[in-house]
Amino acid sequence: MNKQRLSLWWFIGTLVFALLSMLVPLPGVLEPFKPYWPALVLLYWSLESEDRVTLGLAFLVGLGADLLNGVVLGEQALRLCALVFIALRFRSRLRFFPMWQQALAVLALLLNDRILLLIVRVLAGASLPPASWWISPFVGAVLWPFLFLLLDDLRARLRIQ
Amino acid sequence: MARTRDESSPLFAGNAAGTLRLIVYLALAVVLMVLDHRNGWLWRLRYTASAVVEPVYRLAGLPAVGVRTMSVAFADRQRLTEQNQRLREDLLLANAKLNRMAAVAEQNQRLKELLDTQHSLELNVQLARVIGVDLGAYRYQLTLNMGARDGVRPGQPVIDAHGVMGQVKEVLPTTSVVMLITDPSHAIPVVIERTGLRTVAYGSRDGDQLALPTIPLAADVRTGDKLLTSGLGGRFPPGFPVGEIRAVAPAASGMFLVAQAQPSADLDRSEDVLLLHDQAEPDGPPAPVTPMGPSGELAPGATSAAPPMPTNNGATR
Repeated sequence: MNKQRLSLWWFIGTLVFALLSMLVPLPGVLEPFKPYWPALVLLYWSLESEDRVTLGLAFLVGLGADLLNGVVLGEQALRLCALVFIALRFRSRLRFFPMWQQALAVLALLLNDRILLLIVRVLAGASLPPASWWISPFVGAVLWPFLFLLLDDLRARLRIQ
Repeated sequence: MARTRDESSPLFAGNAAGTLRLIVYLALAVVLMVLDHRNGWLWRLRYTASAVVEPVYRLAGLPAVGVRTMSVAFADRQRLTEQNQRLREDLLLANAKLNRMAAVAEQNQRLKELLDTQHSLELNVQLARVIGVDLGAYRYQLTLNMGARDGVRPGQPVIDAHGVMGQVKEVLPTTSVVMLITDPSHAIPVVIERTGLRTVAYGSRDGDQLALPTIPLAADVRTGDKLLTSGLGGRFPPGFPVGEIRAVAPAASGMFLVAQAQPSADLDRSEDVLLLHDQAEPDGPPAPVTPMGPSGELAPGATSAAPPMPTNNGATR
């Protein structure tokens, strides 16, 4: 009972932490290297506990992120929904990939996410982003193994689902 | 996104339902985006949810504050001493200029009373701090720690010690978001200080330069020319430094000259900014503003709000 509650809080906590990390600025030079944290954490949870992550949850997290970011309401909801949908559909395969293949899959997912974002922004009338804007998915893919192992390790230590 | 059916994993039941749900959510998101884009709901929603949103901003700004504090704590003594020395010299210089300016300002005031103009030299400003939050719209925004409760209104110009930074875009109860002049969707009416040529400076895609795409071919524009706000449009008061021209070239179409300018304000580094409170011009059709500001010798922040000098005033009329 208590364990369940703890694991639920841990789940919520990581998502909130991801949203916060999204807002934390990096120094100017590193700015384009910032990965899209909510996507990475949601990916981890959709691979590890599929009964918790649903499209509805992704939608809600996205709405929360939009509320904080203030660009367009529904933008990140759309992106995260698409991402989680693909991840859930290929979950059984992704889980048994070796780590480097998993990282490649994450790269593809994040690139797809950037393309979606680009479509939304251009349709909304924004100008095209600079080339450095495309670095972020690669950083996300490189960080993925570390994030995955870290979250897995922490979960094992806390002995929660 | 929607994969073909045979790709789906056999471990999963209810794929059709999953796809249907995805479509429903995507449609919902698209509808939300369109409605928000049309009506600007998001900001109203943010305003109502500000009790949640603003503490999150402060929390997310903490690392930036921490880094700043650490850099002060671990900066070596010598660098701090040097900085202190430099600041003291700057202050001395600024004070000297101010003292000289006081007399000129008084004279200006008297002459203007004679001319019966309404402009005043006084700057009604409010100091605000930048909160280090990344709002994800590339890098054209700043978040300030002042909001509606402190009397901030959308449209207020924001300056720093060196020039114009941008204008307040959205206001929450205790924070506000500033649109920088380098935002590609921002335009600011400027005047070239040396020649008095009026034009418009747009933000550029790279985010750290200004673009002036519509300078007449015959105009006399050189690298190093200073740009001041012209006061047209009534949003920015006239005479504030905006930038300095770095490159001039004919446009691809051959119809105009295109110039690139470097903003004068420290858009990346400013931690404290000033919110201007007096709107220079009343709304409505702008009065014929004389383009010449005071010369660049004068201290930028305090004095350049000064409307044109009387001699120029006479000359252009």
